[in-house]
Amino acid sequence: MTPEEIRQAIIEILEDIAPDEDLSNLNDAVSFREQMELDSMDFLDIVMELRKRYRVQVPEEDYVQLASMDSTVTYLVPKMGQVPA
Amino acid sequence: MISRLNQQELPDELRVVITGIGMTAPNGNSLAEVREGLLNGRSGVRPYEIRYFGKTLAGVCEFEVNRHQSKKDARRGTRAGSIGIYCANEAILDSGIDFANFDKSTVGVYVGVTEHGNVETENEVYQIKGYDYDTSFWSHHHNPRTVANNPAGEVALNLGITGPHYTIGAACAAGNAGMIQGLQMLRLGECDLAIAGGVSESIHTFGIFAGFASQGALASHTDPTKASRPFDKARNGIVVAEGGCLYILERLSDAKRRQAKVYGEIVGYAINTDATDFVLPNAERQAQCMQLALKRAGLVAEQIDIVSTHATGTTNGDSLECDAVRRVFGQSEKTFINNAKSFIGHSMGAAGAIELAGNLPAFSDRVVHATINVDDLDPECDIPGLVRNQPREINRVDYILNNSFGMLGINSALIVKRF
Repeated sequence: MTPEEIRQAIIEILEDIAPDEDLSNLNDAVSFREQMELDSMDFLDIVMELRKRYRVQVPEEDYVQLASMDSTVTYLVPKMGQVPA
Repeated sequence: MISRLNQQELPDELRVVITGIGMTAPNGNSLAEVREGLLNGRSGVRPYEIRYFGKTLAGVCEFEVNRHQSKKDARRGTRAGSIGIYCANEAILDSGIDFANFDKSTVGVYVGVTEHGNVETENEVYQIKGYDYDTSFWSHHHNPRTVANNPAGEVALNLGITGPHYTIGAACAAGNAGMIQGLQMLRLGECDLAIAGGVSESIHTFGIFAGFASQGALASHTDPTKASRPFDKARNGIVVAEGGCLYILERLSDAKRRQAKVYGEIVGYAINTDATDFVLPNAERQAQCMQLALKRAGLVAEQIDIVSTHATGTTNGDSLECDAVRRVFGQSEKTFINNAKSFIGHSMGAAGAIELAGNLPAFSDRVVHATINVDDLDPECDIPGLVRNQPREINRVDYILNNSFGMLGINSALIVKRF
C-alpha cells in the first residue's frame, strides 16, 4: 500500500468507529483527539481494526504513534507497505 | 413492612403513580401505536433469520435508534442499551417533566432483563472463528457490553443520570420486577424519579431460538401473524420478540406538585417462587402470587376488571396459567382476560412492561383488547371473561392486574388502579 492508500484505510476505519464525525476537513498534522471525540477505547478500535483488516500488529508501546494522521501513516508505512491495496 | 399494609390507605408520599411511558414493540413505537395495533388485530410477527439457526419467526422492532443516541454510542453499546435509551427518552418526553433541570442524582434506573450478554458473546465467538479462534481478535468492548447492568447503565450514561442504575434479572417476569423495584426505591426515598420497566434484545441471540426449539417450545406457522396463538388448541410454542417499555414512576405527592398527567397508580404487587421445576410452571403458586397482590392492594378478585395474562403460547404454560387464573377469578363475573403476546410474540424481559402499557388506555376508553388467533379454543383455556379475537367495550375499568411469569419458577403480578 502507498502512503495515500494507508491514509484512506485509516479514514475508512475512523468512519466506522466515529460515524457521527465529519472527516472531510481532517487536518493530518493535528492530533485526532483535538479534532474528534475519541477516547482510549476508540484508539483500541483503531488497533483492533488494523489487526482484523490488515493483520498489522501495533504493540502497546507504539500506541502514541497513532496520535495524528501524519504520525499514523508514517508509523504504518513500514508495516503496511507490503500489504496489497 | 409497607408492602403488607393496605396500599390504598397510604399517604401520598408512599403512593406511586405512572406519569410517563416510552416503548417500542413489534407493532408500534409509542403507546398510541401499540394500542391501535392491539385494538385492530395488528401483529408484529414476521419471517426472521439468524445465524446457525436459520429461518424462523420473530417480533422485530423498528424504532428510530438515532433519535436519542449517537451512531457511535449505538455501535459501542448493545441492542438492549439502544432499546432502553429510546424508551427512557420517550418516557421522559411523555411525562412532561423538566428533565434538563431535574436533579439527576435523585433519578434511579431499574431495567428488567430476561438475559443479557448472550448476543455479544455469540457475536465475538463468531468473529474469532474467522481468525482461527485467536482471542487477540476478541473485542475490548465485550465486557462493558456484557456486564449485567449494561442496559440500565447505557440509559444512565445517555441521560447523565448519576443516581442508582441496575438491571433486575427475573426471566420473563422482569418487566413487572423492574417496575416493582422502581416503586420500592421511591417508597424508600432512594430516588425521587424512577425510570423502570424492561427491555429485550433476545431475537439477536440464536441460542434462545435453538434452546426453545430443542425444548419443543418454539412456535411455527405458515402465516407468521398466526404463529403466536395462546389458548388455541393448535398452539405450538413461543414466538421470540424484542422490545422495551420504560415507565416514569413518581410519588403521588411529587406528581401532584407538578400537576403531572397520571396513567394510573400501582396499588398492589407480588413476586413469589414455585420452587418446583426449572421450566414447568406451578398453577398453585401462580394463583398464590395473584392472591398476594390482591391482598396487598386490599382488593378482592371481583374488583379486577382486566387480567393481562402471561400466555406465552406453550401447551403446558397456558393450561397451567389458565388453571391459576380460574382459581382466583373463576367466580368473578366482571373480570375480563386478555394478553398481548398473541399480537407481538414474547418480548421476554420487556413483556410484562409492554403488556401492562397496552392495557392502560382501557382506563379511559373502557375497551379490553382481545387475545387473537383463538380459532379453536382449548377447553383447558376456556376461562370466564376471556376476550377472544375482538376487543370488547365494558362499562368501567378501575383495576388491571398484570401477570408475568418466568423460568426457574418466578411469578409476578402487578395491580394498577385508574387515577
